[in-house]
Amino acid sequence: MDWLVGVGEWFADPVNWRGPSGVPVLARQHLGYTAAALGLACLVGLPLGLWLGHTRRGDVLAVQAANVGRAVPVYALLVVLVLALGRTPQVALLAFTAFAVPPVLANTVLGVREVDPAVVEAARGTGMSGWQVLLRVELPLAAPLVVAGVRSAAVQVVATVSVAALVAFGGLGAIIVRATGGVGGLDLPEVVAGSLLVAALALAVDGAGALLARRVDPLARSRRRARRAIVTTS
Amino acid sequence: MVHGATVAENCLVRNDWVCPLYWQTRSDQLVAALGEHLVLTLSSLALGVVLALPLALLAHRLRRTRGPALVVTTVIYTVPSLALFFLLVPMLGLSVATVVTGLALYSLTILLRNVLAGLDAVDPEVRDAAAGMGYGRLRMLWSVEAPLALPAAMTGLRVAAVSTVALATVGTVVGHGGLGDLISRGQRANFHAEVLTASALCVALAVALDLLLLGVQRAATPWRRR
Repeated sequence: MDWLVGVGEWFADPVNWRGPSGVPVLARQHLGYTAAALGLACLVGLPLGLWLGHTRRGDVLAVQAANVGRAVPVYALLVVLVLALGRTPQVALLAFTAFAVPPVLANTVLGVREVDPAVVEAARGTGMSGWQVLLRVELPLAAPLVVAGVRSAAVQVVATVSVAALVAFGGLGAIIVRATGGVGGLDLPEVVAGSLLVAALALAVDGAGALLARRVDPLARSRRRARRAIVTTS
Repeated sequence: MVHGATVAENCLVRNDWVCPLYWQTRSDQLVAALGEHLVLTLSSLALGVVLALPLALLAHRLRRTRGPALVVTTVIYTVPSLALFFLLVPMLGLSVATVVTGLALYSLTILLRNVLAGLDAVDPEVRDAAAGMGYGRLRMLWSVEAPLALPAAMTGLRVAAVSTVALATVGTVVGHGGLGDLISRGQRANFHAEVLTASALCVALAVALDLLLLGVQRAATPWRRR
């Protein structure tokens, strides 16, 4: 249980909280990558998903793409991209975004498709144009699933950024990686401390997504409760 | 450049991404890594199933256990693989057990959700009819609920299999990553063919396993074929 004491000492040691490889800098880097990749993924996935869902063209394909995305190992893609294109922040962002788009896209498509056709029909009957139906009816009703997609994309990107430390892209995973490659072999307290930080960040991002999911649902609370099951399973 | 004439000109020297000579000369390493990857994947899935089935039945029968079971597994699922593996290291060391346990915990979450969804979707009227015909609890589970929940459970198993194959590569951080070990070594040596071949084998393994399980699912649920 020495390592447990060591973990406490690691967190108490001010050295680990200062400088370019201190926790605050690495955490900011981790969150910065996550936010940028998530923003790009929404920029691509939301309009495309809304359009595919609204026109019902290629929507099955979009959902299948999410399944295919799962088969690509994050680590393998990162290494291939770094060796092919170089170790630049742009390459990192490209890889992170690639893993964030599928959940956003698939959930947006599903969200729009699951809107009751009778509601869409009624909206058209009142004289709404295609755009109005999309923005005022389909989008708000799809919002819970869309946010669920963004939430799982965010968790996915946090995990991807931590793996990216293996190819020297920084973030909180760098603490874990530097603790495995020291002169004296594995530094157990540091590796556990780094893992706890990465896990805490992922859970915090997931929690923020859960709060957002609660706020966007336009329907009654009873419906909200039922939806929570879907949010956690997607 | 001076010795340019003496160095053989081939795809290994050029560091091509696609290099048949690499496949020929290192086929033993590739087969070994693929085998290790398959063993990691199958043992993790087996452990995941062994843990998920009783937990799903418990959560299905006892409503009180359902929320905690889902919350705990979801929390585990949210923890990134790099962190999860190293959180297991103090208990299990830098061993295969660490990778298999970590991967099994991820598949446990996927399987639990899907088996529960399958059991929940069984029509109460079907249950009533079976009970009316004198089916006991065990027989109801085995010959009514299990077959009806099977498609959802199999879908979960396929998702778990595909993500396990992909995640197993990260196992290289504790020295047991199957094809991930080749990717990691190829990265350090800047060896393009090794990295791309191992990555492609990974995707191929995931697709093959998915198709195999789809076949099993079809064969196990003949009544769903039209």
